[in-house]
Amino acid sequence: MTTLTLNINNKPYQFEDLDPRTTILDLCRHQLKITGPKKGCDHGQCGACTILINGQRVNSCLSLAVMHEGDEITTIEGIGLPETLSDLQKAFRDNDAFQCGYCTPGQICSATALIEEVKQNWPSYVTEDLTQPNALMAHEIAERMSGNICRCSAYPNIIKAITEVLEKQIQQNQPLQTEVQVDSSNSALSSAVTGIWSPPPSEAQLKSPPAKTDQPSNTANPSTANRSQLTGVNS
Amino acid sequence: MKRFQYIRANELKPACIEGSSKGAAFIGGGTNLIDLMKFEIETPIKLVDITQLELKQIESTPEGGLRIGALVTNSDLAANPTVIANYPVLSRAILAGASGQLRNKATTGGNFLQRTRCFYFYQTDSACNKREPGTGCSAIDGENRELAILGTSEHCIAQHPSDMAVAMRLLDATLETQKADGTTRSIEIKDFYQLPGDTPHIETVLEPGELITHVVLPPPIKGMHTYDKVRDRASYAFALVSCAAVIDVDAEGTLSTVRLAFGGIGSQPWRNEAVEASLEGSKGSVPDIVKAANILLKEAQGHGKNDFKIALTRRLLKQIIERALAAKDA
Repeated sequence: MTTLTLNINNKPYQFEDLDPRTTILDLCRHQLKITGPKKGCDHGQCGACTILINGQRVNSCLSLAVMHEGDEITTIEGIGLPETLSDLQKAFRDNDAFQCGYCTPGQICSATALIEEVKQNWPSYVTEDLTQPNALMAHEIAERMSGNICRCSAYPNIIKAITEVLEKQIQQNQPLQTEVQVDSSNSALSSAVTGIWSPPPSEAQLKSPPAKTDQPSNTANPSTANRSQLTGVNS
Repeated sequence: MKRFQYIRANELKPACIEGSSKGAAFIGGGTNLIDLMKFEIETPIKLVDITQLELKQIESTPEGGLRIGALVTNSDLAANPTVIANYPVLSRAILAGASGQLRNKATTGGNFLQRTRCFYFYQTDSACNKREPGTGCSAIDGENRELAILGTSEHCIAQHPSDMAVAMRLLDATLETQKADGTTRSIEIKDFYQLPGDTPHIETVLEPGELITHVVLPPPIKGMHTYDKVRDRASYAFALVSCAAVIDVDAEGTLSTVRLAFGGIGSQPWRNEAVEASLEGSKGSVPDIVKAANILLKEAQGHGKNDFKIALTRRLLKQIIERALAAKDA
């Protein structure tokens, strides 16, 4: 007989001879009655099952429980309960960032980790200068949250809720923001892209000064290929 | 999901021995494997968990390159300051793929081994030579909008889905592996993937029990590093056409360095050095781009619904070259 010990929401749980096929999602929902993580697609496509493992967001439907002995597993229940709501949970409530609420536990787990990623200065695909992500831009948050689908399409208010908390937390974390190394040759690059579904960079942005160093240039990438420019080389 | 025996490996050598037994599979991030096991497309009888192995370092090489442990997550690799500074094309490519959740689990080694997203590969009641050799290909006359136009065969037109591997192909990465007998080898990425031919179920040169342990990048290449990805939605979708590019332009406006690798169009991450040679030393005028595109797409074959990828690839190439020239002018 083998015993597996898992730490979920700061509580140890023991399992005898657990079927190794069991995902953390099914284990939580079926055996532990921890029903915050939702089974949307069960294939890593919708994000409703998002939990944190050692503080990082992952899809619990694609995580085998046997592979996570010793890891710190956090579900929405570990982030906050009705009487102890986290800042993000309050912001989702106050900004009406859901309708049916089914995707919300996953959205909030995902956003909780997103804030930590931003504090660690992680870039995203739409970041213009990879060394200086500005995650407060709506299109940055949309990109970073794209692993969480909302069939009610509450996206505008989800972005509002996350922005509200992110702004507050970034202000409290100024040192982390100023430690970023700034390459002065790229400092003229700034993005004026706004709106939730941002357009690709403008011609002006694409003509931003290139790096004048011998280093590879990490700027001037388009956030998405501009289809309107994809013309004119048929032969 | 079929039953399997679960083994957690703590050392590399025993992991490779376990992994070489019949029906065994390694599991790292598992984001693709577990999904395929749920569909019973992958049915390992033994799952060797390699996540406890010491393959999570990113270190500089004496040659001025970078050696990346196979278990470094996609998120950590994309956010690594050295990668951002010296190989931004790699960060861009990784960040173009999947979602934040998946990149946190997915590993560098596993990303090379992603299976195709061809609908018929996933649909187990369809004929698919990749899933069940000898059954035929439903895609050639079917829903092939997403599928490959280069490197295909009459037996399989599946596309390789990875973004990361496209940048790795451009950067001339080398994969270090270890086999069950303890021997190691280095495989250049250009030799790593196999064309489908009449054995589309064999995708790489890896032997049973042979594990990717590290990926080595040569010294960085100067120039504009970009990764463009054209897809059906703005985020979290596979590429219709993608292009990793490193382009440098000299003071006279001549293209001095051109490196290009493409995703979404090939049966494997696609690079044709003749395309680069044709553009290097040119001014990147429209005729220069047309000539290069003609070399790239000479053998391209659409299958109806994916014909558009031929035109889309030409247009994407033009946009990238012209952007690099414009950036230098500014």
